[in-house]
Amino acid sequence: MAITINGQEHALPDDPRVTLLDLLRGDAGLTGTKKGCDHGQCGACTVLVNGMRINSCLALAVTHDGDEVTTIEGLGSPTEPGVMQSAFLAHDGFQCGYCTPGQICSATAMLEEIKAGWPSDATEDLEGAPEITGEEIRERMSGNLCRCGAYTNIVAAIREAAGEDA
Amino acid sequence: MSVHLKQDSVDDRNVLDKTGQGVIGEPIERPEGLLKVTGTAPYAAEFKIPDCLEGVLVTAPILRGKVKSIDRDAVLSMPGVVAVLSDERMTGRAAQGMANAAPFQPAQDVEYWGQPVALVVAESFEEARDAAKHLPIEYETEEGPIDPAAVETSPAQDPTRQGDLAQAMNEAAHSVDVTITTEGHASAAMEPHAAIAQWDGSSLSVHASLQMLKFNRTELADSLGLDESKVRLLSPYVGGGFGSKLGISQEAVAASIAAMELGRPVRVVMSRQQVFQTIMRRTETQQRIRLAADADGKLTGFGHEARISNLPNEDFPEPVIQSSQFLYAGENRLLTLDMARIHRMTAGSVRAPGEAVGVQTVEQAMDMLAEKIGIDPIELRLKNLPDQHPVKGMPYSSRKLAECLQQGAEAFGWEKRPRKPRHTREGEWWIGTGVASAARIHAVVEAKARVSLQPDGTGMVESDMTDIGTGTYSILSQIAGEMLGLEPKDVLVRLGDTDFPPGSGSGGSMGASSTGSAVFLACEDLREQLARKLNVEPASMVLKDGFARWDGGQKALTELLDGDEITATGHFEPGDSTEDNLVSSFGAFFAEVAVNHWTGESRVRRMTGAFGFGRVLNRRTARSQCLGGMTWCIGNALTESLLFDPVDGHLANCDLAEYHVPVHRDVPDLQVLMLEERDGAASPIQAKGVGELGLCGGAGAIANAIYDACGARVFEYPMTPDRVLAALERV
Amino acid sequence: MRPFDYQRAERLEHASQLAADSETLPLAGGTNLIDLMKLQVETPQTLVDIGRLSMGEIAEEGEGLRIGALATNTATAAHPRVRADYPVLARAILAGATQQLRNKATTGGNLCQRTRCYYFTNIDQPCNKREPGSGCGAIDGVARLHGILGTSPQCIATYPGDMAVAMAALDATVEITGESGERSVPVRDFHRLPGDTPEKDNVLEPGEIITAVTLPAPVSGKHIYRKVRERSSYAFALCSVAAIVDMAEGRITRADLAFGGLAHKPWHDPRIAELLVDSEPSLALFDKAADLLLEGAQGYGENDFKIPLTRRTLTAVLCDATGVEA
Repeated sequence: MAITINGQEHALPDDPRVTLLDLLRGDAGLTGTKKGCDHGQCGACTVLVNGMRINSCLALAVTHDGDEVTTIEGLGSPTEPGVMQSAFLAHDGFQCGYCTPGQICSATAMLEEIKAGWPSDATEDLEGAPEITGEEIRERMSGNLCRCGAYTNIVAAIREAAGEDA
Repeated sequence: MSVHLKQDSVDDRNVLDKTGQGVIGEPIERPEGLLKVTGTAPYAAEFKIPDCLEGVLVTAPILRGKVKSIDRDAVLSMPGVVAVLSDERMTGRAAQGMANAAPFQPAQDVEYWGQPVALVVAESFEEARDAAKHLPIEYETEEGPIDPAAVETSPAQDPTRQGDLAQAMNEAAHSVDVTITTEGHASAAMEPHAAIAQWDGSSLSVHASLQMLKFNRTELADSLGLDESKVRLLSPYVGGGFGSKLGISQEAVAASIAAMELGRPVRVVMSRQQVFQTIMRRTETQQRIRLAADADGKLTGFGHEARISNLPNEDFPEPVIQSSQFLYAGENRLLTLDMARIHRMTAGSVRAPGEAVGVQTVEQAMDMLAEKIGIDPIELRLKNLPDQHPVKGMPYSSRKLAECLQQGAEAFGWEKRPRKPRHTREGEWWIGTGVASAARIHAVVEAKARVSLQPDGTGMVESDMTDIGTGTYSILSQIAGEMLGLEPKDVLVRLGDTDFPPGSGSGGSMGASSTGSAVFLACEDLREQLARKLNVEPASMVLKDGFARWDGGQKALTELLDGDEITATGHFEPGDSTEDNLVSSFGAFFAEVAVNHWTGESRVRRMTGAFGFGRVLNRRTARSQCLGGMTWCIGNALTESLLFDPVDGHLANCDLAEYHVPVHRDVPDLQVLMLEERDGAASPIQAKGVGELGLCGGAGAIANAIYDACGARVFEYPMTPDRVLAALERV
Repeated sequence: MRPFDYQRAERLEHASQLAADSETLPLAGGTNLIDLMKLQVETPQTLVDIGRLSMGEIAEEGEGLRIGALATNTATAAHPRVRADYPVLARAILAGATQQLRNKATTGGNLCQRTRCYYFTNIDQPCNKREPGSGCGAIDGVARLHGILGTSPQCIATYPGDMAVAMAALDATVEITGESGERSVPVRDFHRLPGDTPEKDNVLEPGEIITAVTLPAPVSGKHIYRKVRERSSYAFALCSVAAIVDMAEGRITRADLAFGGLAHKPWHDPRIAELLVDSEPSLALFDKAADLLLEGAQGYGENDFKIPLTRRTLTAVLCDATGVEA
């Protein structure tokens, strides 16, 4: 049993209670993924599993054998930041930084979801192709809480990363 | 070298305007930003320490009482469990901000539901968490009052009485007498409280998530009975504080005791539920506002009487009436603050204690008064700005309130029209606008920082000051850069370590002005040292881009330093300048709100804030602070409330699903105007606090917009759909 | 979490065999179960991971649609047929939770989602649902979220979901398999009222596993899902209304309605359709419908507001559906 994290294979834990989040922050040594609530209520632990964003705190690691996980560390590094990471930096889309990796992972997946045509609660025409509007971004990012209140800047960062005028 | 200033007089030299680098105020990116966006900035629980044990706090499910016995053996036999600690040094509450002494001990004397009483330590987190749920504890239980409305109160501070408010109300051409309530708030910082403690047999080192390390070190040492020279705290990154990490908290004390007892490092991270139930609540408030005005709309009377609560032996009184002392005129004044003693969790600082709930109520009353008089609410405010402190008579050091109201109105597109509700309807939604003033008292505290110029010509700033998201790393690099003629990127700022000189800590919007001034003082000294080397007057020397220039020459700093490092420690202390002047930040809020006529749901559609808070040290991070405060206004106005059980006083909605901090979709694009000013009484860098101002009054603008939209005056915060509907029924 | 034995089911029969043990729970998306296990509200000795069984398909079934139990909420809401023919369902799903949760949450798991009652999720408080006989903390406690319809002296909890409310309006059917074979239960009958046994949320027997939800052939009419909540996103419903309403020649020809946030189950009252169908829409008629719906409604102090709020929300939905001006 193994799991692939940012392209590297990792053993799964012996204790089935260990969540994907605790595996990442513990044995895998990837503390970029944050624990904010441990109950799927804040989004700080958001990672991509096979390209889909999930709350890693609500996923048992053992259920993910064979899966490919991408964390914030997989999206870029201080020397080579990814597009979304750079956009957050440029727009001051964070303050304390604790929700930030989750916001960035979430935003990265979100743009793909819009491209794939998935609707959201903010989509007026369910059968049409959703557009990257402020309201769409805000609704789709509502699973990522930011208590510092950087939302305005986060939306601007995402718009830039999406190639829109910020 | 150490340079000390107790600021007794106004410093209007405006030195930072005369230096040459031109980086002060510039919106530079955060130097630590890349680490944060790539997930490589380490927070308290994230330091990789070999052989680290995991501790989980056990909390008491009783209103009040004492621990009688703990059946340790019941869990010591569970897999992985190493120890059960219920040491008398454990603390059941967090320390209040700047307490500088141990919080209430022992933890085993329970004063509120959910108080930590023991710690279970195991090899893994899962083992510790499971064992903690199974620790049998017997209690001797006691009863205690939990309803703040059902107990007698006593004054929490001396009332302000001037003239005769009752008579002014009787004689007033127009008056308002309204009682408004607010419910408890939680800081809900995204990083839960966490600590990793290491003990080497004689000294203790703790990675923790704390805001004010100088005080926290003393508090921890006092809790443990250690000499504080044996305690080191490290908090280079703090995942939000908002008051909740001002004082040493239970997990740090418990982790320390465990590490000392067990001789192994111990990590304790609070669960989100524990953070909610055992850290700090903002008290609920009941506030009566009375305004008396003459026929022209000049205030003749101003009353603000507030009721708050806390545990029986906690000192902290939410200073609800703080800025009511000086915001508006009215010669007849009555301001009171009364405390109810109840057994709910500790009440303490949550972002902007006092003004965060005390300004919005006054601003609602002002809106009602403007309507009665029939004048524009901005005009009413402008008419009633006092020339000096209405009671004490001292001057305002600087006050951009009128400009904020005027320029904010223009930026927002405020229509100066007769204000009559239900003027605009879009489908099911009524649309309205509202305005409110902002005010937040300014404070500074003692702070030290060490600044050095390295032989390679770069600068370094060191202080135990923290950056809790506020931008400390940025602004200290800019102050030092400006003073020493360096680009901020060439100034390394090292924070969050008690081995560095003690700064102010982050709290009460004091950090930038206090620690920033310590850095400034150190840099002034370094400038003198450089001038001496050059044999010129410091004032005739310009430092820019790594060069010293003077009349007749220039020299690279590296050359001037000649392989040496020069260092100075700045030591700033507040003095008479903030006593002789009324020093406060001011501003104005404008909100457009939609209210659903069927359901009472209220949504903020746009919001503008205009703020004057002295010198802007970094336009990017200062703006972000304002955005954060305004976001909190939305939660304060519409969604946030702590719900306490009426039977045992426990906090029922103790998680992020049910305590409703605003989500992305609750927050529209927010507009921020920052009005530059120089306030030499506030600090030698002419800066005031901004971390909290954006939260002080804005909920009132939203409340006033709800009224303008739908005609319902809601007198209970938060203005949830049910409350808006109930108020609509009364229309 | 209590220690548990983790088993991955390779076949459905295997899963159902294992789940017949009262100490065993099936695990699918886990977004509710893992949450509750951390709180020790759920303490199974064995978890049967059914997440990799092939039950995720969404397929045509006659004129209707069969949604596999393991189809994620995301997959269902984004499915072209659901968006085109059952928009009330897509809307309801999208109004719930967050994208991260919907990416994990499954159809079957969502139907089995447990209440968000503060007393149920806090093991240091009394709760008859979690611990029969321990009492109900909510009745005299914080009852803001709680039920006004079909409550009992033992329990006033609400079913918190959105998806099932739309499915109740659509009159969908839950397909169930167990050791004793397969059976179908209308969504409207799947959840129970608390009565004296609030520990049982639904009609599933030990060992029974949901395999699919079948939607009947699409019907004409306007589909509406309206959710009233405190935040504009990511909050449970104070009340919600799922409605499929059709009109012909100035009269209502269809009025399939179900309600969320009010009861221990998605609330469906057949008398409302009987009243509305064949009538000319009017505010007076809608008021009568609300009277019927709220007959016997009981508040518990803090949630008294749900009674007028539900009346208003129902009226809003019916005005929207029929074009009656308020």
